[in-house]
Amino acid sequence: MTQSVAGSVAERTDLPVLKPFRLTAAPRLGLPFTAQHGVLLVGALALAVFVGEAEAGPGVPSIPATLLKWTPLLAQGFALNIAMSMLAMAIGTVLGLAVGLGLISLKWPVRASSWLVTQFFRNAPWLVLLFYCVLLMPFEVRIGGVIVPLPGWLKATAGLALPVMANVAELVRGAVRSIPSGQWEAAEALAFTRGQTLRLVILPQCVKRMMPPWMNLYAIVVVATPLTSIVGVSEAMTLTGDILSSEGRSDLLVPMYLYLLTWFFLYCYPIARATVAVERRFAVR
Amino acid sequence: MTSPAPERDAPLIRMRDVVKKFGATTILDGISLDVMKGQVICIIGPSGAGKSTLLRCINALVPIDAGSILVEGQEVNDPKLDKLALRRKVGMVFQQYNLFPHRTALANIMMAPVHVLGRNRAEVEAEARALMRKVRLDGKEDAYPGELSGGQQQRVAIARSLAMQPDVMLFDEVTAALDPETVKEVLVTIRELAEEGMTCVIVTHEMGFAREVADEIYFTDRGVVVEHGPPTDFFSNCRDERTRRFLSQIL
Amino acid sequence: MTDLQPLWNWFRWLYETHGIKLTIFYDAFDRARFFNGFLTSLWLMALCIVASVIIGIVGAWIQGSRSRFLQALMEGYIQFFRNTPPLVQLYFFYFALGSYLRMTSPSGIEVPIITNFTWAVICLSLYAGAFNVEIFRAGIEAVPKETAEAAEALGYNRLGAYLHVILPLAFRISLPALNNNLVNLVKTTTIAYAIAVPEMLYVANQIWSDELNVTEMMNVLLIIYVALVGAVVYVMGRWERAMLIPGYTP
Repeated sequence: MTQSVAGSVAERTDLPVLKPFRLTAAPRLGLPFTAQHGVLLVGALALAVFVGEAEAGPGVPSIPATLLKWTPLLAQGFALNIAMSMLAMAIGTVLGLAVGLGLISLKWPVRASSWLVTQFFRNAPWLVLLFYCVLLMPFEVRIGGVIVPLPGWLKATAGLALPVMANVAELVRGAVRSIPSGQWEAAEALAFTRGQTLRLVILPQCVKRMMPPWMNLYAIVVVATPLTSIVGVSEAMTLTGDILSSEGRSDLLVPMYLYLLTWFFLYCYPIARATVAVERRFAVR
Repeated sequence: MTSPAPERDAPLIRMRDVVKKFGATTILDGISLDVMKGQVICIIGPSGAGKSTLLRCINALVPIDAGSILVEGQEVNDPKLDKLALRRKVGMVFQQYNLFPHRTALANIMMAPVHVLGRNRAEVEAEARALMRKVRLDGKEDAYPGELSGGQQQRVAIARSLAMQPDVMLFDEVTAALDPETVKEVLVTIRELAEEGMTCVIVTHEMGFAREVADEIYFTDRGVVVEHGPPTDFFSNCRDERTRRFLSQIL
Repeated sequence: MTDLQPLWNWFRWLYETHGIKLTIFYDAFDRARFFNGFLTSLWLMALCIVASVIIGIVGAWIQGSRSRFLQALMEGYIQFFRNTPPLVQLYFFYFALGSYLRMTSPSGIEVPIITNFTWAVICLSLYAGAFNVEIFRAGIEAVPKETAEAAEALGYNRLGAYLHVILPLAFRISLPALNNNLVNLVKTTTIAYAIAVPEMLYVANQIWSDELNVTEMMNVLLIIYVALVGAVVYVMGRWERAMLIPGYTP
């Protein structure tokens, strides 16, 4: 007779006993940012700076000093990354809501065309869409009588907004489908029209369900913004390349890229943690 | 419950030979049913006999394949039927309450009269509060459904349907999902409604309740009405073998 | 390909009459290099898929171990690759780490030990592998504890229970998320362009620089990629449906 209570049977008998095993739970997503970790991080940074300064030869500025020198420029570039991510997210979300409503429409042509749009922009690689928008959109448009210039970063943002739109549409559809059918029945029994049901009953409940995957999508957009460097936008990635070629030091390569990676990590990791927290809070049914 | 006067005109609900199929399965195989104004009808029977489908056919949540359903003279099967007008006359309460979780209890009750009937908000609020007092939930107006017990939620659901001032109320096994302690409070509410003269069609497993409240009991099995009659006759002198077997299993 | 010559001639006619320049069809040289780019893309995608799934399985196993150090290591790996841009990771691997991995070839010049194609495979596999580890872990933990206990009660040891009971169920539970991740991986392989891997996008760029037909090439590229990814989505969907257990909703 095996027992799952550790130590009871196994300790009291000399008969062969099957040791209990259990699926070990992996630590839940993410190391918590406790004070302990903060101290460790600061300590590691201090050590790196100290070593860097110690290693610096005569006449050659140390690596930490170089990184510090270029930080303001890098910050400007990073600000552009953030700006592009937020703008692409905003535009994509608004468009995606519209397409998402099209996906659940009762009219077949609306549903079919929404489905085509969603599938097309979900299947296209983000880089190819970026190329497409940057190369093929005109450099200025005439709206009314006004000529509006379209700078490269704006076209790139449009290129990022397209897959966001498709993903948000899919999110909307999934969220609406996850609402229990009883809600639709009750609203119908109360003589609500379909539009009223969506507006007053279904969509307000969808907002909570869409939050975690939507936040996750934003994190994905942020880490996609360096792709715009390939199509000529002068953001953090491009500037890193420029800095490295102007400094011309091969020992700066690893620290510089690690530095850039750290910037993104420090921005995205809190978003990931917040997403988990929001998910947990809204999962209480 | 005394039956209404014999010279009363057409029944409020009249179902004749209603047939409903889902794919290859026939759920309703020729149901005929009469509900007079002010009557309380209880429908009992084994699970899967199509009782819930029957109710849903009455307020056009489910379309029928053959037969006719007349609600206050209006044919439900008519493709040109104004569904919204029908649902203002026919209220329905569900087994799973289906309250809107993102609005308070009071808001749940007020939503339909304000948005569907376009009535004045202040009037509707006063009525809604009165309804909550009626179902003995005054004090819980600002509670969200998630904060209420099952029995309380079901009573809010009843109040929500009553707010539309329907002519007939349909109850679909409304106590089946409740703990035994809370079942009684909901049944008391329904009985009070019935005593006030509301026409009710109740699908239920609660035999004691059916015996007390109903004017007429219908027993359905495998999509047909096997037997029906007033409770006194029904429970003591049922004629059909199937009815007898069902009653012996549950009583 | 001589029997397709009439088809290629039609594309030449298209250029001559309507100005739609699709040299990748009627010009033998462009046709060959675009086709090679297409094959390189396919090969890159296939290698990355296989490698990332293996990393995911191994990583999920390591994460289940009792050593707190190993768990922390895996957690660090996952969080790093999830919260940083894959393009920057790629540059880091190829330019930064790659600069240390040079050797002198017999002819005296410095050549990299690891080619850009290999770096792309390594980086993309590690990137997708990080997501796969979490997906497989979530799948394993979603198998109800009672099922594992039933396996134990029947006399399975730990390995047997995993192989015959837990992993088949866990795999089916993770399948939708895994397919989603693999489709994303297929789309992400285009970033290999940035380190001059001659996959489809890169070759298309060379072609439109030579032939000045950006619009045509971009449209063709978009259609081919959407069709390719669409095919992957379809195959994954069929596979998912084939693996469904009747009556089982996890």
